[in-house]
Amino acid sequence: MKKIFCVFISFVLIIGLLSGCGGSDSASSGDDNSTGKNEEPVAVAFKLGGTGPLTGGAAIYGNAAKNGAQIAVEEINAQGGIKFELKYEDDEHDAEKAVNAYNKLKDWGIQISLGSVTSTPGVATSAETFSDRIFALTPSASATAVIEGKDNVYQMCFADPNQGSASAQYIVDKKLGTKIAVIYKNDDVYSKGIYNTFASKAKELNLEIVSTTTFTEDSQTDFSVQLADAKKNGADLIFLPMYYTPASLILQQAKSIGYDPKYFGVDGMDGILTLENFDTSLAEGVMLLTPFNADSTDERTVSFVKKYKELFNETPNQFAADGYDCVYAYKEALETAGCTPDMSAADICEKMVEAFPNITFDGLTGEGVTWADTGEVSKSPKGMVIENGAYVGMD
Amino acid sequence: MKIMRKASRSKVITYGLVAIAFIIVQLLISSGNISSSLQGQLVPICAYVVMAVSLNLTVGVLGELSLGHAGFMSVGAFTGVVACISLESIIPFTILRLTVSIIIGAFSAGVAGTLIGIPVLRLEGDYLAIVTLAFGEIIKNITNCLYVGVDKAGLHVNFLTDATSLNLSEGGRVIIDGPMGISGITKLSTFAMGFALIMVTLFIVLNLIDSRSGRAIMALRDNRIAAESVGIHVTKYKLMAFATSAALAGAAGALYAMNYSTIIASKFGFNTSILILVFVVLGGLGNIRGSIIAATVLTILPEMLRQFNNYRMVIYAIVLVLIMLATNDDNLKGFLSNLRNRLLPSNLRKGKKGAENG
Repeated sequence: MKKIFCVFISFVLIIGLLSGCGGSDSASSGDDNSTGKNEEPVAVAFKLGGTGPLTGGAAIYGNAAKNGAQIAVEEINAQGGIKFELKYEDDEHDAEKAVNAYNKLKDWGIQISLGSVTSTPGVATSAETFSDRIFALTPSASATAVIEGKDNVYQMCFADPNQGSASAQYIVDKKLGTKIAVIYKNDDVYSKGIYNTFASKAKELNLEIVSTTTFTEDSQTDFSVQLADAKKNGADLIFLPMYYTPASLILQQAKSIGYDPKYFGVDGMDGILTLENFDTSLAEGVMLLTPFNADSTDERTVSFVKKYKELFNETPNQFAADGYDCVYAYKEALETAGCTPDMSAADICEKMVEAFPNITFDGLTGEGVTWADTGEVSKSPKGMVIENGAYVGMD
Repeated sequence: MKIMRKASRSKVITYGLVAIAFIIVQLLISSGNISSSLQGQLVPICAYVVMAVSLNLTVGVLGELSLGHAGFMSVGAFTGVVACISLESIIPFTILRLTVSIIIGAFSAGVAGTLIGIPVLRLEGDYLAIVTLAFGEIIKNITNCLYVGVDKAGLHVNFLTDATSLNLSEGGRVIIDGPMGISGITKLSTFAMGFALIMVTLFIVLNLIDSRSGRAIMALRDNRIAAESVGIHVTKYKLMAFATSAALAGAAGALYAMNYSTIIASKFGFNTSILILVFVVLGGLGNIRGSIIAATVLTILPEMLRQFNNYRMVIYAIVLVLIMLATNDDNLKGFLSNLRNRLLPSNLRKGKKGAENG
């Protein structure tokens, strides 16, 4: 009996200890939900919520978007005028968890949503926001299924097909390569979506694809087969529509077999330079299409990057910039529509559906950004090349 | 109560507990006293309960460790949704369409279970566990390469290519798009349907256990050689338990899939199989009521722990270890039975003891 009692007591103590840690963590992030509860009757701030993978394999994207959005919220709140209260819930990059996280946000009283950071959870939560009539603007869930058939779900990032065809066009226009190899992740909506449109656009433009190989979640550590195939077929450019973690391994392994083609990536490649234990000299000459450039010299980007580095001790990637832009886009749309924080989520949703197709937004990820009423964003991707460990614009 | 057999009484108690839980939750919903968070989890809880109960049939009653249960869930989920979408114009009435889809999901998972069971059940113990694990992964990888579309001419199925080569006529719709799974599912599953499925599952499983076949299955678990020597057909009874378990998992999969607007094959991987196995082991092998409670508690727990942010999975693991230790602790068991002896009069206690085995 004594033993069980001890176990029980130690368990209670652990819980107490951990809840203490958790509490201080959320307090330091600026918007503790306990203060939110106190302010509820006054409703001075819009309750802005989103889900993203804050833990697990995709955590780097979720945290980046969350941190970016948080910086924007702090800036806007300091300016006076419209105020936001931000809350992010973890979805572990899983549809079921994402719906749970979204429901948790509903209990909190979410008024406008940042959707989900990644695509598969994004499809699940966007269906929920659609049926609950809560407006959602997702920073980076790029699959077309996220916005398809939903009038109140908008994207801040390019849709996947957009990136694939833009990449093919860019490679042809700039004559970057003649024999193309593609390695893509077969079980990933993002990677496969880009590949499909890339392949059809390449066909249209008579761009020769000499090698197409795939990998999956379970086999993303060894690329020797894929690289050998590309090498054998004499590819001079490898198109890598994937996130940067597998891409970094491809670069390493290609070097070890003495294969040195050109590489062309998409926005998921952004972040490769900040990857821990990655030799950035391997990424020299890698080209990518991304809407955001952390080394840009315009005032807003410089100040954003500086703040981000101060607060989170790393260089922001495109996900952070998308998160940041989402909050500012909301600010602009809410001001245009004349919404106030005491309005219900459904009322705000109707106003936003009217306002979003009509605003033009200047942000970190593009100037003069507009939206179609389908929710698709229109902005032009920028070609970047990595030189001396930094992105340099190609145009 | 006295006229009822001990086993029947235990069954009635199990049905009753589930029904009471359902009524309480329904009352909470209608009075608006339930959080969206919990309400959103009701259907997945029902699906996981069915999964746990069905796996308990294989692991607890048949006594064979299966590590590929999520594979059958996947078969049920995908066939169920495909059936549901293809039947959209034929059966406009949603509850009927959902029921038909669940039955189709259960049937195809049952067929898959039988096909897999024939080679697998020749093995025993650890070997069987590893082979079921392999089959679970095979199912996952097959669905990852599967493309299915529907148009006026009917279903088009394609393997290993891509959605464009399905050659759908105009107005056709791609249903399963390889690794992207199915998106744009109409949300049909309801808590009431989940409850009905749990009741059907319990009815099937409890009656199977309490039948001549069930006793044969348990005899195989306890001593295969002795069971064979009295003329019990090993393959037949093993297959019966395994296929039933697979079919019920398929039904749970169909219910689960139609609660979300998207499903992907990789969701039903090894991790999900282990999760279900944890429910079963925690609830007690062969203990159906335990599986129900464990599945419910362990599905809600991670959500309850959300306020701990990044620490919640650590706490979840600690809780899991502690519950395992506590439920297997002889001191605690002795304490609980003492408590029961003191609190309950002796005639009620008999019923309670019978119920424990149910």
